[in-house]
Amino acid sequence: MNVAELNTALEQVTQVPRVLGAMVVSADEGIVVGEALMEGLQSNAVAALAASVSQKLAQTTGAAGLGSPSFVHLAAENGALLAVPAGLGLVIVVVAGRDVNVGLARLEMLKVAETIG
Amino acid sequence: MTVRAVEPWTVEPVRRFIAESQARLVLVMTPAGQVLAQSGFTRAVDVMSASALAAGIVASTDELAALLRQARFGALSHQGALHGIHLMRCDTPRTPLLVLSVFGRNTSLGLVQLFAEQLAVELGESAPTEARPRLALAEDFERELHQSLNALFGT
Repeated sequence: MNVAELNTALEQVTQVPRVLGAMVVSADEGIVVGEALMEGLQSNAVAALAASVSQKLAQTTGAAGLGSPSFVHLAAENGALLAVPAGLGLVIVVVAGRDVNVGLARLEMLKVAETIG
Repeated sequence: MTVRAVEPWTVEPVRRFIAESQARLVLVMTPAGQVLAQSGFTRAVDVMSASALAAGIVASTDELAALLRQARFGALSHQGALHGIHLMRCDTPRTPLLVLSVFGRNTSLGLVQLFAEQLAVELGESAPTEARPRLALAEDFERELHQSLNALFGT
């Protein structure tokens, strides 16, 4: 997969109503690999913090004997942060507004994860 | 983690940066390698080596930027198996500063970058606006060196 294909896949995720942005983040470094975001979203900050949260959650589920998380849904006052681990040490992160269709967003995120491999 | 500083206004921003980024070692210095604050170092020789090397790296990348006919690089980072380094230039009303951070696997480059950007803003806001007096005489240099080492290591 090249960068153009990755960005196209991320654009598909942002077609889901109320999705404000989608990005691919390196899980270990917390830096942005690819992104399709609405203007005004701080991709670096979201990427760093979302990768950190994903790792902490993976440690938590691991300690509980549940294995790695396959989908993270962090509901907030004004929206939600969604994360799906992909191959190659990457995480797909979506920032969504209130009342987003989480199931549909998840399906699109899984498509991106499949594309990454 | 304790922050030792020659310039007290650097202490709080560096302390916050360490608390948030979980960096293990931090050096705040001038582009010439003069250290203003440090945290995590236990030996003066390590501080002097690290500051000299960091200043040299930034000087080299400044020249690379000049060769490319572009503005100076703002920051650079290297990720190793156990530790990573992040080296950033930031501007203050008094003088440009360099911040060297060494971090482990308990944090990430993204988090260090994120909080280093905040540190740069806070250093810029905290720095005094008046110019620092320049000491050129040899005896002044030695006295200042001893004062700096006392401040940085409490010896």
